[in-house]
Amino acid sequence: MSHLRDLLGRGEFVVTGEIAPPLGTDLSAMRTSVETIGPVCDAVNVTDNQGASLHLSSLAASRVVLEMGHEPIFQQTCRDRNRLALQSDMLAAWTLGLTNLLAVTGDDPRGGDHPEAKGVFDLDSTQLAQVATGFNEGHDMKGRPLKGATDFFIGAAMFPEAEPWDVQRARIEEKIAAGARFFQTQAIFDLDKFARATEVAHAHGAKVIAGILVLRSPRVIKFINERLAGLMVPSHIAARIERAEDAAEEAVVLATEQAVALRGLADGIHIMALGLDTAVPRIVRDAGIRS
Amino acid sequence: MIITRPREWERVRAQIADLGARSVFIMGCGQCATVANTGGEAEVLATKARLEADGIAVTGWAVGEVACHAGGQRLEARKHAGELEAADAVLVLACGAGVQTMADATSKPVTPGLESVFLGNVVRHGVFEERCQMCGDCVLDRTAGICPVTTCPKGLLNGPCGGMWNGMCEVLTDRECTHVAIRRRLAEQHRVKAAEPLPPKDYSKKLKPGRVDLRSERATHGGTGPATGEGA
Repeated sequence: MSHLRDLLGRGEFVVTGEIAPPLGTDLSAMRTSVETIGPVCDAVNVTDNQGASLHLSSLAASRVVLEMGHEPIFQQTCRDRNRLALQSDMLAAWTLGLTNLLAVTGDDPRGGDHPEAKGVFDLDSTQLAQVATGFNEGHDMKGRPLKGATDFFIGAAMFPEAEPWDVQRARIEEKIAAGARFFQTQAIFDLDKFARATEVAHAHGAKVIAGILVLRSPRVIKFINERLAGLMVPSHIAARIERAEDAAEEAVVLATEQAVALRGLADGIHIMALGLDTAVPRIVRDAGIRS
Repeated sequence: MIITRPREWERVRAQIADLGARSVFIMGCGQCATVANTGGEAEVLATKARLEADGIAVTGWAVGEVACHAGGQRLEARKHAGELEAADAVLVLACGAGVQTMADATSKPVTPGLESVFLGNVVRHGVFEERCQMCGDCVLDRTAGICPVTTCPKGLLNGPCGGMWNGMCEVLTDRECTHVAIRRRLAEQHRVKAAEPLPPKDYSKKLKPGRVDLRSERATHGGTGPATGEGA
């Protein structure tokens, strides 16, 4: 059963991190990541062909995280599988002991490493959350009873900083109606925008885990602004990292400040280390979340 | 209309070489490929000159009324029977439907000179945009007359996705997000109900190959009333 759900339900401030499965079968680097961030995280997201680029499956990698004694958040995108495959993998996930499910759209293939691939998008993220809700109720998409239901803790993505706000508000409400009980957000830089989005989620009883990026170099910021979906680092933040004598160090200080600021607003933080895994325990400790 | 683009000439030449053809008959299309400037009379004549410059004889050419009409293509084939007979192969400057219609109308090997790319709106002369993918299960009643299946690069029914930034699309960054546009128009028209999430699409409505037979429908149902809804 989902430990993440229990913690959030009790009103505890949670920490989640993120690992990427390898391109290949050598799990050693991924295991090192899990060993580094796992002890300070309540759950660890396992990405699904992130950036529309080939990696070992989230399903298998999530199971590895579980076997290492940490709780995974199994991410499932709508990009690579049709509704039969999505449902099949969700059933598999439950039997493998994966209890947290993050239903996301997925980046478009033309931005990834197989730009010739056909984007499937048979379902969208809202519909995928609905399917998971149906599984929890004991039936498939066609309403047929399952021999053994699931009890997924269903999550969805949220982007509080993207305007227009009325569209984002509607999306939050739709995803909650579809069964999302927690949100993980893209990187938060504007606390006012985050607060208004959280207010909507809380009004419907959903939890919000705020995204924090470790902006470890100007190069990483450039990459985010140019390449990553919907992540826009404000110029004053970019300037701060660029001016810093030690960019990586400044990124950790910045992330820690953000974590402190978000403690009063969010139900938890989601730290995206962008390769600087060792920053995660420091941020959590320096922000006073864990001793 | 069906939008076509010229196939790379090197590839067309290789196709003709693979057929061992020394002489070719060129068939254009008086409908879509003429409007798209890919298979009208001007393009057929330009292709003829190009083939001849490459040392391939052109036995004749035609631009029929519409290349995908079986009866019309058979008629064209009869009109040009001698020229067709003299050719080793037929190069068709039309969409894939036109190529296949021609292949049915002659015993000669037929090869395509164009790529069929989409069902296009003519925005203005020479400018075409895809607005409909003929999915067989129209959602435009719910989406304010803007098709998300076609105009959202991911084809999402419900959106925006997490990539939308300040109203703009993540994939085609110079375009407004389709879902933002849909929601704005629905709001302007006070259509609250239509703004509710759409259910997953029924892709069985688009099972390949599509076929509509109005004759047997009339025979079955009598009169000329609307089709049964099993369009594809």
